[in-house]
Amino acid sequence: MNNKEQWNTLISPKKNLFSLNLKEVWNYNDLLFMFVKRDFVTIYKQTILGPLWFFIQPIFTALIYTFIFGKVANISTDGLPKILFYMSGTICWNYFADCLNKTATVFRDNQNIFGKVYFPRLITPLSIIVSNLLKLGIQLLLFICFLAFYFFFKDVTINFNQEILLFPLLIILLGALGLGFGMIITSMTTKYRDLVFLLQFGVQLLMYATPVIYPLSSMPEKYKWIIALNPMTSIIETFRYGVLGQGSFSWWYLGYTVIFTLVIVTIGTLIFNKTEKDFMDTI
Amino acid sequence: MSNIVIKIENLSKQYRLGQVGSGTISHDLNRWWHQVRSKENPYLKIGETNDRATKGTSEYAWALKDINLEVKKGDVLGIIGKNGAGKSTLLKILSKVTGPTIGTIKTKGRLASLLEVGTGFHPEMTGRENIYMNGTIMGMNRHEIKSKLDEIVAFAGIERYLDTPVKRYSSGMTVRLGFSIAAHLEPEILVVDEVLAVGDAEFQKKAIGKMQDVSTNQGRTVLFVSHNMEAVKNLCNKGITLRNGSISFTGNSDEAVKNYLSENNNENRIAHKKYSNQSYPGGDIIDLLEYSLLNINNEKINTFNLYEEVRIELIYKVKQKGFTSYPNLHFFNQQDQILFITTTTYDTVINSEGVYKTTFIINKYTFNTGIFKASIAITCYPGTDVQFHINPAITFKVEESNIEFRKTPYTDVIPGEFRPQIKNSTLKLEA
Repeated sequence: MNNKEQWNTLISPKKNLFSLNLKEVWNYNDLLFMFVKRDFVTIYKQTILGPLWFFIQPIFTALIYTFIFGKVANISTDGLPKILFYMSGTICWNYFADCLNKTATVFRDNQNIFGKVYFPRLITPLSIIVSNLLKLGIQLLLFICFLAFYFFFKDVTINFNQEILLFPLLIILLGALGLGFGMIITSMTTKYRDLVFLLQFGVQLLMYATPVIYPLSSMPEKYKWIIALNPMTSIIETFRYGVLGQGSFSWWYLGYTVIFTLVIVTIGTLIFNKTEKDFMDTI
Repeated sequence: MSNIVIKIENLSKQYRLGQVGSGTISHDLNRWWHQVRSKENPYLKIGETNDRATKGTSEYAWALKDINLEVKKGDVLGIIGKNGAGKSTLLKILSKVTGPTIGTIKTKGRLASLLEVGTGFHPEMTGRENIYMNGTIMGMNRHEIKSKLDEIVAFAGIERYLDTPVKRYSSGMTVRLGFSIAAHLEPEILVVDEVLAVGDAEFQKKAIGKMQDVSTNQGRTVLFVSHNMEAVKNLCNKGITLRNGSISFTGNSDEAVKNYLSENNNENRIAHKKYSNQSYPGGDIIDLLEYSLLNINNEKINTFNLYEEVRIELIYKVKQKGFTSYPNLHFFNQQDQILFITTTTYDTVINSEGVYKTTFIINKYTFNTGIFKASIAITCYPGTDVQFHINPAITFKVEESNIEFRKTPYTDVIPGEFRPQIKNSTLKLEA
């Protein structure tokens, strides 16, 4: 009898921290597609306006910001049309915040499925990133419409910069940051739920530490470095700089954000990978 | 290459009881501190066997303890045991939903687990969409599902509802669809947990048939957890009994079921009762005074060999004349299915007052080995007036201590409820 038997699965208590098995994750790409489809198909079922809601949300947010922060509080927008300024900020911010919020509860939201069937758990946060990416795409279309409107009818000069080519990188950074932080939080909250409470208002507060409703240039020099430490700052500023021609852009800031994101995503993936195995016992 | 497809070695799983709270973090820190110094986890040494009924002293309990098991290709293994014996934990570890505390499991080939049917069904999505959803969750890819879609729909019998949201389905239809998807997965190993409990009789039959087909015709391995002993006996060829987290029996499925049921019944096997003065069961006409199961030496017993003749005696008092009474016995197997009823006949008519004794003789080679129950009743006529019905009155075990009385070379367990000796003869007709 042959001693070297071919076992294709080994289940044991110890798991190598770095055994990510990305090939297996890839094999489940159809599942990722189905999760994304589910999110889209089901979200606006039994509504009359249906997918129009994708547009209504960002328009109203931008309008209200225009009124409160622009007209009432009179915060500078670097001379840009207010609607365009706020829209550019909130679209980016919402993508990050949605990724983070959804990923941060992934273990709790999916415990029914995770408790019954095995598949690479990483698929679920990845599907969240992808479905939010589609949502982002829709909102960007809206943004482009507004941009064109101001350009052609309001004669607002909009100076694209060549940094607009960085746009794909910015999107990746936003998603990856949300994913990384989210995976850390969801892993840490399976046993001790304290972080859940922090998350709820933390995301809200973080927005004010990010130049979403104000430009970085309006910050007093004294505090600028604090805002610049926030990795989200350079992403949003670069976006505005590239698309609207106003904002502060620096390769140093962006480089810092890239490194920061890489570290967070790595830590997040490792913790998530370690937690996925027996979180069912503690959640 | 050997044909073992699942090999479980020293598998144990520990759970922490009670609530997760601030007390837990001190244990976590302690565990971490031991790990930093490369010492063994201190909480693995403690822990109690998992008997849910008794109050323990330790915060840790072993849901599974030292499980060793090998399953061969094509086996259909039934896993039985009381609630909390560790069946589901074992399946969960096999399905990789949770990890073991100690030990390893090695498997060969694709393993699909059916801990629940229709995992991931979204009520707002149509049947078709959910087939794709559930199928991909279970590990199929889009093309596989597409090629099997018609079969899945036909097996579930939901053609008409295919493009209706699943929330409009009856619960039975949802289960049918879920099982149907799982049945078309074609894994090498299928793990099934008590999913047949739902669904109508027709569907249960269909599902069991499908599982049999999967194992016998396609040579796949099935692990099946159920409380339905008939299903285990019908479907499985091998069986294990789990008790408080350990395997208490391994063998063929019939034996495993018998072992499990006798474990449960061992505690109180009553075969004799004498009622005190005022508590006679009975009616207007008759009171029961005493009943007992006796062997030929007049000893009260609750266990006997199948080659022994025994008798059941009833002693009762007739208080009114003018009626005819018929004492009767109902015999049941361990699943409480009725086997047969016996009663007295016209020759033993009782119609005057007094104390009587009725004896039922159970011939040798009536029952097969196993545990049986008998209920006692007396019915009076005219009026079919049941004076009392004690159920179960007698629980007895039939053994076969001396296997040589069989006079055959076969020494293994013989299945069935009865073992009557059928007269037979063999003649040589031609040289």
